[in-house]
Amino acid sequence: MFYREAGDFSTTYSEDSQTFPIKFDRVRYYVVLAVAFLVVPFIVNDYWLNAVLLPFLIYAIAAIGLNILTGYCGQVSLGTGGFMAVGAYACYKFMTGMDIYLMGADGEWVRYALPPINIFFSVILAGFVTAFVGLLFGLPSLRIKGFYLAVATLAAQFFLVWLFNKWSWTYNYSASGQINAPTRGVLGYEVTGPTAEPWAAYLFCLIFVVVLAWIARNLTRGSMGRRWMAIRDMDIAAEIIGVNPLGAKLSAFGVSSFFVGVSGALFFAVYLGAVEVGEAFGIQKSFLVLFMIIIGGLGSIFGSFAGAAFMVLLPVLLKNILVGTLGWPTDLAAHIEFIIVGALIVIFLIAEPHGLAQLWRIAKEKLRLWPFPY
Amino acid sequence: MPEQLLFAAEVTLNGLMAGVLYALVALGFVLIFKASGIFNYAQGVMALFAALTLVGIMDGQVPFAHLINAIFGTEVHHFGWHVPALLAILFTMVLMVAFAWVVNHFVLRHLVNQEPIILFMATIGLAYFLEGFGDIMWGSDIKKLDVGLPQGLNGWIDETTFNAFGYGFFIDNLDIVATVIAALLVTALVVFSQYTKQGRALRAVADDHQAALSVGISLNFIWVLVWSVAGFVALVAGIMWGAKSGVQFSLSLIALKALPVLMLGGFTSIPGAIVGGLIIGVGEKLFEFLLGPALGGATENWFAYVLALLFLVFRPQGLFGEKIIERV
Repeated sequence: MFYREAGDFSTTYSEDSQTFPIKFDRVRYYVVLAVAFLVVPFIVNDYWLNAVLLPFLIYAIAAIGLNILTGYCGQVSLGTGGFMAVGAYACYKFMTGMDIYLMGADGEWVRYALPPINIFFSVILAGFVTAFVGLLFGLPSLRIKGFYLAVATLAAQFFLVWLFNKWSWTYNYSASGQINAPTRGVLGYEVTGPTAEPWAAYLFCLIFVVVLAWIARNLTRGSMGRRWMAIRDMDIAAEIIGVNPLGAKLSAFGVSSFFVGVSGALFFAVYLGAVEVGEAFGIQKSFLVLFMIIIGGLGSIFGSFAGAAFMVLLPVLLKNILVGTLGWPTDLAAHIEFIIVGALIVIFLIAEPHGLAQLWRIAKEKLRLWPFPY
Repeated sequence: MPEQLLFAAEVTLNGLMAGVLYALVALGFVLIFKASGIFNYAQGVMALFAALTLVGIMDGQVPFAHLINAIFGTEVHHFGWHVPALLAILFTMVLMVAFAWVVNHFVLRHLVNQEPIILFMATIGLAYFLEGFGDIMWGSDIKKLDVGLPQGLNGWIDETTFNAFGYGFFIDNLDIVATVIAALLVTALVVFSQYTKQGRALRAVADDHQAALSVGISLNFIWVLVWSVAGFVALVAGIMWGAKSGVQFSLSLIALKALPVLMLGGFTSIPGAIVGGLIIGVGEKLFEFLLGPALGGATENWFAYVLALLFLVFRPQGLFGEKIIERV
């Protein structure tokens, strides 16, 4: 009905490799963007922003990042929380003025400080710092594969969290060991800190999400994405047809960590405002993002969004139903959430290992022929 | 002997004992991995669940009390009886066998022939499920587990070493008991897999699924069996850790500690799990003792993983694991 088309008449490569080959999809995509940019900022309020929109947007970036590494390149990582922490702390250092200590001529330590950097560029720089750290922890992936690599990335998770707990330079020697985002703005509008306007914070994250998703989509359908997928499908065979495994794996680690770092920076600066590393970026966060891409769909950008939306909305929904409507205690609701999430993951893996994205694809196939399937 | 050296010796001994406890958890992983090629992330949560159930049965708690109270507005919490430890262990074991059957029937059977990483993620889902289920069934507060194991300083060792070196070693009785039980458990497992019919079938399945099927071994039965045995190992580990530090959520995190143990020892080797556990136990205690103060302490959080990571770079299959042969 909606997807009416007579056949596949692509005559050029660019036509053949379009992201949205069907006109309806293309229009829908522009409508969604228009609503997100032109309508939502005017109606958004604090509750919706903090409970749904900001976590969704920020986790979507993290999920795309992990999906690049795990879904496209096949390297399972359990270190997402640790890399998000790197992004958060790097962003904090940049936005408050990175200070370094150098040995002066007289043997004294002299403190040099960069001026505070604009929050927009701080977030991007934080992404690059995380990419570098990700490259370091990605190095063993050349020799370690499969489970062993998954466990090896746990080393990154625990080591990084420990580091940000103990290395007081990273939290500017604050007594509490926390980092707090100061008030910062872009073009005169405050996006971080307690006085930030909801619509400004929302738009700030939205711009990152749209640009990064666009980059990810184009990377994954280009030659780089094909190299990643070749490594994922069978690394030895990929090597034989001329894919450099070191380059492919490390680039996946780097790009993925960049995304995760940006999401960590936004998570800290725009969403939470104050962060204690073990609580905000613990091992649970790694699993949460991993679940997002499993439920959403491995190897799909749309799936990352779907999974993030699902995992953000599920607790809100359960809480509203169980605590709000039925009046059950909150801890009971939290336990039931565990049960449901666990069961859903098992059910998804059994019924549809490719997640929500695959369900969407199947639905589209059906819609193409509806109402006269053959 | 100089004092520092004596300290180091004491730390090493305690590390060995801690390593035994890691090895206990790792054993359960190895059993399941050998028999079904599944890397069972839920092993730690199984230990937690077993310990929770044991405490719950011993104290006569009403299962799902919290849920029942929330739905019906009642105030039930305890039956008001106390079950002896041995009987409670028996009941818990029955429940673990039932759990093994449920897992096999509703999860694993539907995932046969999937990639290992999919199975791994399924067990993560299972772990979440079991964690929530255990909390709803027995409540999430920290519980004390007392099945009558000796605890506290071992006076005899303290005295003997004091007389010999002028410095008394602090060794916990519980750690000694754990070591003995671990040794018994490993012996029992070896005897079981070498000298019984089921044990032979289990080894056959571990070797080659299809060949085992073709000589008439029931895969379903073997998988239920091996998950039950893993449940038993989890119960033992749960009792030990529960008696040591109380039954609480952090118990499930020891599963994560067991992972580097496995990587060091190799996923497929029972002796590997023991040796790996000992290396990690001694390594992290000694590292904390020697370098911890300089680095700010709490290095136990990550040392095991980093050690395993560095080790794997040089020997990807672990100490005793089967050599990884890659074919195209």
